[in-house]
Parts: sequence; C-alpha cells; structure tokens
Amino acid sequence: MNELIQPERFFVERYGLGRNQLEELLGSAVGRRADYGDLYFEYRIFDSLGLEDGRVARAAREIRQGVGLRVVAQDRTGYAHSDEVTFENLKLAAKAAACIAEEGGDRTPLPIGASRPTPHDLYPVPAPPTQAPLNDRVELLSQIDRKARAADPRIKNVIASLTIEHRAVMIVRSDGAIVSDARPLTRLSVTCIAERAGRREQGTHGGGGRAGIECLLAENRYLAFTEQAVRQALVNLEADEAPAGEMTVVLASGWPGILLHEAVGHGLEGDFNRKGVSAFSRMIGERVASELCTVVDDGTLPGRRGSLNVDDEGTPTSRTILIERGVLRGYLQDRMNAALMGLPLTGNGRRESFAHIPMPRMTNTFMLPGEATPEEIIRSVDRGLYAVAFGGGQVDITNGKFVFSASEAYLIEAGRVTRPVRGATLIGNGPQVLRRVSMVGNDLRLDDGVGTCGKDGQSVPVGVGLPTIRVDGITVGGTRV
Amino acid sequence: MSAGELEACAERALAQALRAGASAADVLVVQSESLSAAVRLGKREKIKHSARRRIGLRVFVGKRSASSSSADLSEGALASLAAETAAHARLAEEDPSNGLPAPALLATDWPDLEIFDPKAREFPAAEAIGLAAAAEEAALSLDARLTNSEGAEFEAENSFVLYATSDGFRGSYPSSRFTLSVVPVASAEGEMQRDWWYTSARHLRDLESPEQVGRHAAERTLRRLGARQVSTCEVPVVFEPEVASSLLAHVAAAACGTALTRQASFLLGRLHETIAAAQVRIVDEGRRPRGLATRPFDAEGLPTRENTLVEGGKLEAFLLDSYCARKLASQPTASAFRSVATPPAPRPSNLYLVPGRASRREIIGSVRRGLLVTELIGMGVNLVTGDYSRGAVGQWIEGGEIAFAVEQITVAGNLLHMMQAIEAIGDDPCLDRPISSPTIKIARMTVAGS
Repeated sequence: MNELIQPERFFVERYGLGRNQLEELLGSAVGRRADYGDLYFEYRIFDSLGLEDGRVARAAREIRQGVGLRVVAQDRTGYAHSDEVTFENLKLAAKAAACIAEEGGDRTPLPIGASRPTPHDLYPVPAPPTQAPLNDRVELLSQIDRKARAADPRIKNVIASLTIEHRAVMIVRSDGAIVSDARPLTRLSVTCIAERAGRREQGTHGGGGRAGIECLLAENRYLAFTEQAVRQALVNLEADEAPAGEMTVVLASGWPGILLHEAVGHGLEGDFNRKGVSAFSRMIGERVASELCTVVDDGTLPGRRGSLNVDDEGTPTSRTILIERGVLRGYLQDRMNAALMGLPLTGNGRRESFAHIPMPRMTNTFMLPGEATPEEIIRSVDRGLYAVAFGGGQVDITNGKFVFSASEAYLIEAGRVTRPVRGATLIGNGPQVLRRVSMVGNDLRLDDGVGTCGKDGQSVPVGVGLPTIRVDGITVGGTRV
Repeated sequence: MSAGELEACAERALAQALRAGASAADVLVVQSESLSAAVRLGKREKIKHSARRRIGLRVFVGKRSASSSSADLSEGALASLAAETAAHARLAEEDPSNGLPAPALLATDWPDLEIFDPKAREFPAAEAIGLAAAAEEAALSLDARLTNSEGAEFEAENSFVLYATSDGFRGSYPSSRFTLSVVPVASAEGEMQRDWWYTSARHLRDLESPEQVGRHAAERTLRRLGARQVSTCEVPVVFEPEVASSLLAHVAAAACGTALTRQASFLLGRLHETIAAAQVRIVDEGRRPRGLATRPFDAEGLPTRENTLVEGGKLEAFLLDSYCARKLASQPTASAFRSVATPPAPRPSNLYLVPGRASRREIIGSVRRGLLVTELIGMGVNLVTGDYSRGAVGQWIEGGEIAFAVEQITVAGNLLHMMQAIEAIGDDPCLDRPISSPTIKIARMTVAGS
C-alpha cells in the first residue's frame, strides 16, 4: 500500500489508464468550445475511532475512491463523477460534462506534459498515517479517558474521537499539467461532561494537523487538549447567565480567529464577488478595518490543518493578503473565477472530494500580530466580555451579517477578568466589525487544528488564527438584559 | 449493477466476514445516481451527473465491533475489507451493548410506501434546466428591486438501498428525491439582501411549481429590505414554520439515544415529565407515504413505525437504535439511520409538531410588541444544557402588525423553557420537509441588538 505516497504511480497502476487515454478523454470533454477541463482522481482511507463511556469501541474505516471530470466554458461548468473508474465510464462522463459547452465536440486528444512536482513539501509522508497500528490509537484514547476522569470527580463522561486519513489525489488538466499530492490529516476531539448538584455542562478541545498520530503525541499534546476540555467543563459549571446587548469584547488568541473566517474570509471568496452578491463586492482598495488590522490567508504553513501543497485544481497554494493595514486588498480565487475577473490565481480552488466541483475556499486565515500585550488589552476594558473559546460560526454573505458562538467566556469588570458566563452567540456586520478593532495583541496564535468549513454542501479542513484583540462594540446574544 | 448483482456482493461480504472470524455481521449497499442543473440570471451555469455505489460492512467478534466502507465491490477487495474489518474488531474494546437486534424484532414484509418515482432515473438535463430557469424567472420578474441572483437549481436523485445481516435479514428498496431551489438577491438604497425557497418531494409531481417556488423566494427576499437592529429587550417571539422546525430538530436531537447515552442531553432523566406546554404533541412518523425520510425498515432491519415523542407536553419516548436501547435498558424504536460509512445511530424521520388552531394572522395579532423570526444562523445550541442563542433575521411586530424588517440580532433562551413557554401553535399545513412545524409563539425570549 506504500505506493499511496506516490499518487501518480498508484492511480496509473490501479486503473491502468495510459496517457493516450487521458489525452483522448480531455480532448473529447473540452472539444472546441470549452475553455478547459480536468480530471480529479482521488483515493482516500479515512479511519475513525471513538471513545465513549470508558470504552474505545467504535472503530471504522472508510475507503473512498473515484474520479471527477470537469469541463468549463466561461462561467459554465459541466461535471460528472463516478466511483467506478474505468475508461468506458470516463468516456460517458466526458460526454455528460461536455454538454455544458453546447456543442458536438472535436475529438482531438489534448497532449499532457511531464508531471509537475508540487512547489512545496508542507507535510512529508514517509508512509500513509493510516498504517499506524490501531492498538496505539486505542491506547491514546484510553489514556485520555483515564486522565480526564482522574483530573476531577465532577467529570462524569468523556467522549473523544480520533480520525486519521490519507488522501492521494492526481489532477490531470487540459493545459497538459499533471499534478499529484499525498495528504495526511489527523484530528482529535475531546469532550468532557461535568456534573455538580444536578447541573451538567460540557467542555471541548482538540487539535491535529497534516501528519499522522505523531502530531498528537509530540509534547503530549493529546493530554494538553484533554486538560483543556476538563478545565472548560468545570469552568462552565460555575458560569452565570451571559449578558445581552452591544458591548466591548476581547477575543483571546487562537481559535477565536473564526471571527475573521466568518466576518471577512467568506465575503472575499472570488465566486461571490464575481457575481456581485457579497457585502464586500467592489470594495477592493477601500478601508474596511482599523489600521491595526492585517489579515492573510496562507495555505503554505507546514503541517497545518488548512495547508495544501497544491489546491484541488493543481495550483500551488500561496499567502494572500486580504486586508493590509485596514485596506481591502485581495480575493481568494479558483481558476474559473480568477479567469472571469482577470485576477491572479491564489491557490484556493478546493473541493471536498472527487464528487464535488471546486470553489474558492479559505486555507489558514489569520490576523498578523500587533504590539499590545494581552494584559494591557484586558486592563483597558471597564466592562465587557472576554471570549476564549468558540464553537462554530456562519455568515450571510450578501448582507454581511455573521455569527460565532462562544463556548467559554468571562465578564471583564474594571480591567479584570471576573466571573465565567454561559455560552452565547456574537453577531456583527463583516464590513464594519474590524473598524472597531482598537487594540491588537503581540500574541498571534493559530488554532490547534480542528476547524472544518462548510460552503454549498462541501466541507473542507481549515485553520484560523488571531492575536488577542479588543473590539469596541459587538452584539452579545446572552439572556441577561 | 442490477439488484441481483448488488445482492450477490452483499452475500459475498457477509460470507467473507464470517470466514474471517466474525460472529455476526451486517451489510449496507447503496447505489445512487443524480443529475443537477443550475441556472443563474437566465443562463445555464452548471450540470452535474453523479454515480455512486458503495458498500458498508459492520462486523462483530463477540461483543467487539468495527465497521468499514468501500466503493470497490470486486471479490478480492471485499475479501480483504472483511478480513481487515474483523481484525479491527478484535482490537476494539468490548462493549456489552454491541450486537445486531433480536431477530424477532426484524421486519418481515412491508407495504409500498410510494417513495420511488421512476422519473428520477436518467432525468433529461434540458428539463432540469427548464425547471430551474422557470423558478428563477418567476422570482426575478416579481419586482424591479430583484436585481441579482445566486441562481436556481434542480436536482433529481434516485437510489437503491440493500441491507442484509448474518441473521438472515434481506431487504431492499428504491427511492427518489427531487429538489428545486432559488436564491434571489434584492437591492435598494445601497442595501443588498438575499433569501431563498425550495421544494422537495419523492415524486416529481408533488413539487411546488417553479412559479410558486420563485414567487415565494422573491417575497421572502423583498421583505428583508430596510432591515435594522432593534434595541436589546425581552419580548414574545414568533417562529415561522421554516425556523420553528429547527427548534423541533434540536429537541429531537436531545431525545436521541446517542445524546442520552453520552449524558449530553438536557432531556436526560426527564422521561414522562412535562417538558413543553400542554398543547404540544410531537410525532415521528416513520412510514408516512411519500415522506422524505420514509423507508420500510430502519438501518438495522426493524419495521419503521410511528413514535410519539411528546404528548400533552409530556416527554413520552426517546428515539433509540438497538445499541442505545441496550445501554438504556429499553427497546429500539426503529430509528436507526446510517450511511455506508458510519455505524447506525438513532435520528428522527418525518418529525412534526401537530398543528393547533390559531391562524398566523391571529398569532401575530396577539403580539403587542415582539419579533417574528424568519431565518436563524449559527450553531449556538448547547444540547447538554438546552442553552440557546442564535443569530436571527425577521420582522418586528408593533400593535399586532408587521412593522419593519430586523437583522443583526440574536434570540436567546433555554430550549426547555422555550418549549414550556409555547403560547400558541399555528394551523399552518406541514411543509415538504422531513422535520416540519407550524408557526409557534414563545411567550418571552431575550432579543439582543443595539
């Protein structure tokens, strides 16, 4: 199975498709009137293991394989995919996808060049991480259970899941490029249920990255995540009602960077802007944030959950400046939207699997650090909310309103963090919220590697990051008026 | 592949699992095809053909278990999948609640539930484009302020599900689903808003017409124009059917065995207690003819049935698969769902809140000052505590009448208190959704704004 780390060889051997056949397929798919096309081969092993009620008893392996064939003509896409990969099936797929270009089709094969190496090597894969012994994973989860329960008698249950995947992809394009990538991904999530005097609360933490289980074992990160989950559950046992209304909010470093993902990231994806349906449409060059804010999307960080050597169209990933000192600078692009807008490729054309059409998506999105210390920022607030951990978020691209939900938060009173409060949703307006950032900390931190972004029914792994920041006014959706 | 060939694959996988040392096993095979077409601003934007065929295998070695799935149905691949899965099962820890359901509980025959329309097979792309174009045209032609669109999409999908166990259960059924949706964008005075509407049905002729879908989407979009924040307050809150159903979904998720066995549900320990206002009755109708979540048997082969979750405001049942039922010393409710890639877990099927007598107009008329919620965003629902806080869009109500559009607000409370504070239930007919609710009015919630 080690050919899986050499995807091109793996796919050619597995499906027995020669270059001349690939050239014929692309030729008949693209024909004379379409602009370009590609074939996306994928083979993925996805292992999951679950801990519940003191037992590591849920083991599952999913093997996903298939090919997607795409034809693009201006702003039109024809797509066909199948998980049974044969030349005959692919010929049918080419015919189906080609109908988007409304023509009979010229059958001249399109020549394919030599395969291109990926420009980065962000996640070296000596062997598929799914080959690591299952015993080690069972033991890791057992340790988490013991550690959490031993930490405090109020911890009544521990739920954890460990997923490890290996994905091999090969992209064959009508411009003659063949690009392949072997992508490992590991994710651990730990949830603790704490109980005291009939009240029950939860705490969750996790992490991972583009590596095997070793990324959790390094520095005993899996135990640190467990401690965080325990601590958060116990904190929430003491939490009071959250306040309701607009107030100053201090966001802690790390995962609260989900603010950027929802407030600006989605709104800067090329497809929404080409169509003119984003609250950020036609705002390039305008001030959308305070001068303290510089926001980037960077797919080239080694080992990060949102990183990729190449995107799912074979374009090298890059670091894209979205907002520079408060001014809107750039969009995130896939091939179709970059071409239609006459803008450069950014390496953000991603898809969930071979069964999905690529779209502009984020990779790792974060704000660059400023100069304030986190302590200074807290001290500057007379009355406000200090939000440390968040669950998910969502945005309405068109009117720019976004939400993200705190799972651990505290009141700030007279410059000091005081009582914990229950989780609450925060709601703001994307093009406005970053104008209210009045302090940016020197403590940039990326999240630990658990984020998944959903768009139009497709889920992809992403990263976020933030230094501690102060926002002068955002609506906090608690219950206490 | 034909049904016969798929069944042969399932038989082979079961035999291989037993040969590899399994004491019991089950197999799910799903073969599906779909066509979707999207139109934007009157031009075709996307045509997508999908063909999938996958097998899911679950193996028991005594009280140990593991599962696997693959798209490779060749004999060699099935043999190695079975051997690997059995090996994984041996490495998992024992769980006394593991196992197939008792054979006496399994379905033996079932009626035609009308969940398959052969029109879903090889649906013509031109017709799909025509339906999407008609829906978008109906939306955009309604008002000059509808200036843009995220497009309209039509999808026809058909699938064939086959389930077999080492205890001898064999069952299969075809099903279909059609969906038509449209997302118009309106703009006026520098403001831009989008909204949407969709219709979904097992049979093509049960869909709302493209004109109805388009008009409804357009009306929903237009009414959002002029939206503003309101100041933070505690007021009565009315949920439209489309958003009221999400409250039911949260309650149902908390009533599912998985949340209960994890001690992660605010309904834990509340069976036979009052959890909602007296007029609340919530039913999960597993065999509703043509229902979007209808199937003849559940993911463990149990005959689907009707489960009443809440009666007279009292919680009367949980939704359980056989694993959760053993763990909670109860009986399964034929609520197991699974995909080929995941083991079974209980979920609601066609769940609905039984309509009341009040008209929508009467309910809104009863609110002196309050909020009508028309869309909710975000994930601010904590099923462990019932704490609820979500972003909302809606209409402000003054003196019993709609006054203006509101946005950038949250609605917050606790699901248990919210269910108990249901003051009125509308007489709206059920929507074509798996989970559906009439309009409901909650006496008081916190609305956070400026």
